[in-house]
Amino acid sequence: MPLLSKQSKNTIVDPLMANNPIGLQVLGICSALAVTLRIDTAVVMTLAVIAVLCISNTVISILRSMIPAKVRIIVQLSIIASMVILTDLILQAYMYDISKELTVFVSLIITNCIIMGRAEAFAMQNGPWKSFLDGLGNGMGYGLILIAVAFFRELLGSGTIYGFQVIPDSFYAAGYENMGLMTLSPGAFIILGLIVWAQRIIGKVEPE
Amino acid sequence: MEHYLSLITKAVFVENILLAYFLGMCSFLAVSKKVDASIGLGFAVIFVLTITSPVNWFIYSFLLADGALVWLGFPDVNLSFLKPIVFIAVIAAMVQLVEMVIDRFSPALYQSLGIFLPLIAVNCSILGGSLFLVERDYNLIESTVFGFGSGLGWFLAIASMASIRYRLRYSNVPLKLRGVGITMLLTGLISIAFMSFGGIQL
Repeated sequence: MPLLSKQSKNTIVDPLMANNPIGLQVLGICSALAVTLRIDTAVVMTLAVIAVLCISNTVISILRSMIPAKVRIIVQLSIIASMVILTDLILQAYMYDISKELTVFVSLIITNCIIMGRAEAFAMQNGPWKSFLDGLGNGMGYGLILIAVAFFRELLGSGTIYGFQVIPDSFYAAGYENMGLMTLSPGAFIILGLIVWAQRIIGKVEPE
Repeated sequence: MEHYLSLITKAVFVENILLAYFLGMCSFLAVSKKVDASIGLGFAVIFVLTITSPVNWFIYSFLLADGALVWLGFPDVNLSFLKPIVFIAVIAAMVQLVEMVIDRFSPALYQSLGIFLPLIAVNCSILGGSLFLVERDYNLIESTVFGFGSGLGWFLAIASMASIRYRLRYSNVPLKLRGVGITMLLTGLISIAFMSFGGIQL
């Protein structure tokens, strides 16, 4: 028997491209773009979001029959907020430098629409294992876009990839200059706009 | 006075909470399709940010910060790790309260703002504003001014975006770029425009 059934596999793979949370459902951009100046912060942010999304989805799914419908938003929010605080404390304990750079954006995962969105749309109707996989898939779909934006911003803005210089010195000697715009916030908006455009062309999505 | 003026200019233009820190993007993208709705939501954000920032400042300074509980006789207690969950609860409660007060005293305002208020509780810019004021060590007046300035900046951004999208109906945007794609590119351009306020010192 394969590790994952076909349906479970679809739950993970679908959000990566065909139903990407950032590109197509436009969820969770808030806390995403500010950390895309360099790849390493984007990777840590992605891991934090995956962890929070998987755990909160699983917990909410286990508790779903016990949560009264009227107060479900508050219950979901407090479960998510506790997970975020836990993640923030773990980051501060083991990756202090990066957590200093992420500043308030780790705490802002609480209001990230992806997490509430998946809890409300998926975890409230499905079992824990499927909800866990859904969290994993959506978290990875989110990370894919985040890391893609960070890749272009770091490459064009500072000439490095994951901190290693990739543009040779001879280019700089010949007059090549880093693109200052990419290190500023407009760069993130423009890159994300272009990525969404490319994704819609490849994914053959009907325009709204 | 000059200090506060410079703080407000910084919050509205140079460090606009949406265009420089990307906070509140979700509702920005969804609501900016309609001009009326954008202006309503913009006012509601100004309103809620101006109220929640000083309230959260009080809660942080007298309950959560390191040594803040000294007035209760617990000088060694540091509850600052509870900051995100307490702030979001305060924001949700304040939004509910504001909604009830407006409903009671100004039904006309409630008609126009009412439907946007519940949306705001999960708007990142509100929680972000409260977290920034702790991060930057603002005092009470600075927090209020910063909250108001951030709200105003968000209002300006969404109002200009909605107007641009309104005009955009008459232009021939490539099919796959319509919707989110072109909105992100335009936000980038508005963001460049706002950055040109960068050198201003009051």
